[in-house]
Amino acid sequence: MAYVAVKGGEQAITNAHALLAEDRRGSRDVPEVGVDQIRAQLSLAVDRVMGEGSCYDRDLAALAIKQSRGDLPEAIFLLRAYRTTLPRFGFSDPIATEQMAVRRRVSAAFKDIPGGQVLGPTFDYTHRLLDFALAAEGGHLPDPAAMADAPLADDLPTIASVFLHEDLLEHETPALDAAEPYDLTREPMQFPATRDQRLQALARGDEGFLLSLAYSSQRGWGSTHPLCGEIRLGDVSVEFTPPELGFPIELADLTVTECTMLSEFEGSMEHPPQYARGYGLTFGHCERKAMSMAIVDRALKAAENAVDQVHPVQDEEFVLYHSDNVEASGFVQHLKLPHYVDFQASLQFVRKLRREWAEARSAKEAAE
Amino acid sequence: MSVQPTAQAELTAPLYNFAYLDEQTKRMIRRTILKAIAIPGYQVPFGSREMPVPYGWGTGGIQVTASIIGRSDVFKCIDQGADDTTNAVSIRRFFAKIAEVAVTESTAEATIIQTRHRIPEKDLQEGQVMVFQVPQPEPLRGLEPRETETRAMHAYEEYGLQYVSLYESVSAYRRIAATASYPVIVDERYLMSPSPIPKFDNPKLHMSPALMLFGAGREKRIYAVPPYTRVRSLDFEDYPFETQRWDDVCALCGAEESYLDEVVLDDQGNRMFVCSDSNHCGERRAEGHVGPMADHALAGATS
Amino acid sequence: MTTQAPPLLRVNRVSKWFGEIVGCRNVSFDLHPGEILGVVGESGSGKTTLLRCLSGKLEPTSGGAEFLSKRHGPVDIFQLGEQDRRRLQREEWGFVHQNPRDGLRMRVSGGANVAEPLMSLGGRHYGQMRRATTDWLERVELDISRVDHKPRNFSGGMQQRIQIARNLIHQPRLVFMDEPTGGLDVSVQARLLDLLRELVRDLQLSAIIVTHDMGVARLMADRLLVMKNGDVVETGLTDQVLDDAQHPYTQLLVSSVLQL
Repeated sequence: MAYVAVKGGEQAITNAHALLAEDRRGSRDVPEVGVDQIRAQLSLAVDRVMGEGSCYDRDLAALAIKQSRGDLPEAIFLLRAYRTTLPRFGFSDPIATEQMAVRRRVSAAFKDIPGGQVLGPTFDYTHRLLDFALAAEGGHLPDPAAMADAPLADDLPTIASVFLHEDLLEHETPALDAAEPYDLTREPMQFPATRDQRLQALARGDEGFLLSLAYSSQRGWGSTHPLCGEIRLGDVSVEFTPPELGFPIELADLTVTECTMLSEFEGSMEHPPQYARGYGLTFGHCERKAMSMAIVDRALKAAENAVDQVHPVQDEEFVLYHSDNVEASGFVQHLKLPHYVDFQASLQFVRKLRREWAEARSAKEAAE
Repeated sequence: MSVQPTAQAELTAPLYNFAYLDEQTKRMIRRTILKAIAIPGYQVPFGSREMPVPYGWGTGGIQVTASIIGRSDVFKCIDQGADDTTNAVSIRRFFAKIAEVAVTESTAEATIIQTRHRIPEKDLQEGQVMVFQVPQPEPLRGLEPRETETRAMHAYEEYGLQYVSLYESVSAYRRIAATASYPVIVDERYLMSPSPIPKFDNPKLHMSPALMLFGAGREKRIYAVPPYTRVRSLDFEDYPFETQRWDDVCALCGAEESYLDEVVLDDQGNRMFVCSDSNHCGERRAEGHVGPMADHALAGATS
Repeated sequence: MTTQAPPLLRVNRVSKWFGEIVGCRNVSFDLHPGEILGVVGESGSGKTTLLRCLSGKLEPTSGGAEFLSKRHGPVDIFQLGEQDRRRLQREEWGFVHQNPRDGLRMRVSGGANVAEPLMSLGGRHYGQMRRATTDWLERVELDISRVDHKPRNFSGGMQQRIQIARNLIHQPRLVFMDEPTGGLDVSVQARLLDLLRELVRDLQLSAIIVTHDMGVARLMADRLLVMKNGDVVETGLTDQVLDDAQHPYTQLLVSSVLQL
């Protein structure tokens, strides 16, 4: 089928879509994968799509994954394009992660912290050996995990509250008179970016990009010497206070991953030495992303007042402008669109230069 | 658990607003457009929405069109000058479907013309609106990567840096090398990228009776050239701005003054040149103009 | 030097504090047209902070500095809006950095670096600007056949010459120099200083030169301002200060040069 179809454009597009649908379905000898299966069994993919798609809906995320044939940035794009059509009726109250129903909670800073270390469902400490039992048809169900003798405490104090009485950790109290939070989905990026704008951009940012930036900072390209203060995974409830009611009503329960990174702050004239923090939060279970986000947040915070911002992770414009994979993917792939008008202009120019070059050369040879 | 029936119903039979965007978003974009018209050439930031086509594929142009289009409009969409390139077809189908407006390939009939990389050959008229798809609204970006810095340069009208790049070009090539996205000064104030149109089209911006709107979705900027506004392509007194010319004529319609595309005929170096503006070429042939290869297969396909 | 003419720059009690740390404190002086003022002191003495304040790169905590501008007449540079201040910097001042990388665009040719101020001031004739550029490259004793080379292809001393040409081509009224020969080895430094001295004399420039090097100060400056811990501890004609230093700190600075 012609690429820049001459009058065939309409037909070409229709046919391409039909082929795409066929490829998505794959061999008809294999049963079709259900959205419910994706939702239940590819749950970490679903979590990533919800997070970077900025839309907490497991069903839609699973559908997007099915439709995109497992191409997660494409699924994220699908979810974003749906999300943008939804009306915004207000801002929820801040979620209270200290009241989280915790499923996993670890701190690398202390051997034990109030409430205890809770390992939870994690790939950590698994041996990465392919489990061929999973490949067998009709694999038997895993044995249920053993129940603890006693339930976890209702409220597990966060690393911030552990430090609170010593003032060892910087305070990050929200301004009570703050205006409405920045909404990156409704307003363009502005620089210098406010913290809420930055955290939104990072929360929506591409996991791979943030991971690499965080890694670069750890390796010394803008080192922040991070220490993982705490990671917690679990459910929190979202509350909304309608102005006409004046009291909060519960809207839903969300699973979130939260990470606090600590790094030393050497102190200044105004502040004694203490620990500063970087913050990461994602929908669902996305530890790699939450940790990367926290490290990048800390690096950007440290760079706010620094004179020398020499590393990519310290450069707010660089990080925030290039972290969004829907923008990045679209723009990189738009190079597939025809550019022959521009190319013709350039071609004409290069041909002219070559002609002049050859003329100059033969004139020189004639002279010699 | 399966998809909730409500979500499924919404997804299979979407009830989108006229021209896709909700009315609040359209109002926001219209306010942005008004500001852009009031300050010709100035890039106005706006809350660009995620669109159902990818960034870089016309999201800015689509949002501008969606915000200004009404039921009585006649919509034309071109890419590389042609109505029948795939992305132009795709965008035209989008508006035909979600706004149910009349579509056309005729430049004269259209009230709104969305474009990527060209301005039609036929003179535009009062009342017509050109909507340009813009990948990079900032003409200085290639010279200065920081938005904070380029905004200051515009605010203080510090355009020395742009001239530095022209100077470098003349030093290297003995002419200004830019062939597309050739920077212009609008109304003797703001430096503006005309989007990646070939510089051949730059003179069409100057004192045009039509309204020119530029939408950059990914970069979240809208800017405008109002009707009858001065638009000057940057140059030096001793290296004046000039447009491209071809030694060839259009193989199909014989046009001497239009922008030509090169069509490679084989791998032996044979090629033909045809009008990039498919509507212009078709109309000329209908009027009886004949080019040297008028009976080539392409003629049947593009008429 | 005519002492009758009104001062070009009147600095009045300029102070800059960084929190509780003093950058410079209560600095006052007049700079007359055609005069070269040397600001000397060790690193940390506040001389660079003072230069950054006076050149509009850093906002002082208090004080004023009245400049006799061609465009605006007498203006307090700290009271100017950003647009006017940037215009002043562009049109009437020059700033020579210690590191040429801070003062040059490393991605464009040496020639374009020198021509840029002309274009910023509205130059639109390529040929004329090209001639002015090559004239200036000759004046700073650079091989004009290399006009289109990028700065990275030049040695440090040559980069500094490009930077000097870039800062003088538009005939500024006042040039700020921050250790202009600081990063260069001794023989290159000597030749560059001779050149600089000739240029400022020929063009009757006014300049403020910050240096820790008393040799540079002796060669370039008409008058000296000696700074220590943010304060001006001594001021006077260069020969006077160097040959008959009053303040023990100045004596120390002068003797340390002699010991070299």
